[in-house]
Amino acid sequence: MIRSEILKEIAPILNPHLVVCNIGLPSQELHMIDDNASNFYMLGTMGLASSIGFGLALAQPKPVIAIDGDGSVLTNLGTLPTIANNSTGNFILMIIDNGSYGSTGDQPTYAGKKTSLTKVAEACGCDRVIECQDVDTGKVLQEALDSGEMTIMVVKCDSGNAKMPVITMDPVVIKDRFMKAVRA
Amino acid sequence: MNIDKKITDDLVANDISFVTTVPCKQLAGVIDEIDARDEIFHIPSNKEDEGMGLCAGAWMGGKRPAIIMQNTAIGVTINTLATLIQYYRMPLPMLISYRGELREPVACQVEMAVHTKALLAQMNIPTYHFHKQSDVEELDMILKYTFMCNKPVAILTDANFWGGYGDQ
Repeated sequence: MIRSEILKEIAPILNPHLVVCNIGLPSQELHMIDDNASNFYMLGTMGLASSIGFGLALAQPKPVIAIDGDGSVLTNLGTLPTIANNSTGNFILMIIDNGSYGSTGDQPTYAGKKTSLTKVAEACGCDRVIECQDVDTGKVLQEALDSGEMTIMVVKCDSGNAKMPVITMDPVVIKDRFMKAVRA
Repeated sequence: MNIDKKITDDLVANDISFVTTVPCKQLAGVIDEIDARDEIFHIPSNKEDEGMGLCAGAWMGGKRPAIIMQNTAIGVTINTLATLIQYYRMPLPMLISYRGELREPVACQVEMAVHTKALLAQMNIPTYHFHKQSDVEELDMILKYTFMCNKPVAILTDANFWGGYGDQ
């Protein structure tokens, strides 16, 4: 499966929860599949989906799912020790690991070569790290939500993108409706 | 006056309850003070752009954030300031150790110091420079201003403000 197929499959699980979605095609795909106020789309700032999602989880009690990519986590690798050492049970970091920089033309990442983000997350001190295959994403995500434990998911899937239009919604509108969903 | 305590008191009085830090020798005292306060959740960052991401999330989660860092970090965070904090219109007080100014013992620090105000001006970031201890009296107003206008605001604090480096 490619990322957009996974997102389509897990959209009903994501829907009631606060979701912080990675820049570029992941946000465009989620926006197309199930746009709603509890999705925060990153329009820029590659690498910070995990940090934004984690700050949000620390600041309030609702579950937060940050949808990240292997390339973006590699950009902000320092995020994993911070997450591990300040653990909060309402945070799920879902790394869609397709071994490539999807938004820029599917150039290979090191995560698709010798580097295991699962082992990196474990070495950083994250206690619950689950590597799974694309077809099991929904099951593992639901288990993570039910566990009430902070979970780092590394979802191994195929490289590839669905053709999507860019998000034209104003960033302040995205933020405003998202903050209202947080408070609701 | 204990500057570290005064700064922390002002943060608490302005309901700032989420502070991320990347350390600097000059900031050690205020970081210790913040760490000791129950009213503030202190989360050290590994890099300042990561810290700004944490602050953005905390703000959307209903907490008033602040970041404490060195001025060298302006070089690290330009993209994050432009495409996250400014683009989405979020408030972010940045308490910045202004290395490379008067009484600086490390020459390399000057290389980033000469760019600091120019970069902040280029970014249209309101910037205040604390050079004397009494300048800290403005901090409370600067924090109120930051959350009034929903912008990142820089507070540069140089070695003279902190009382020099002693034997370093």
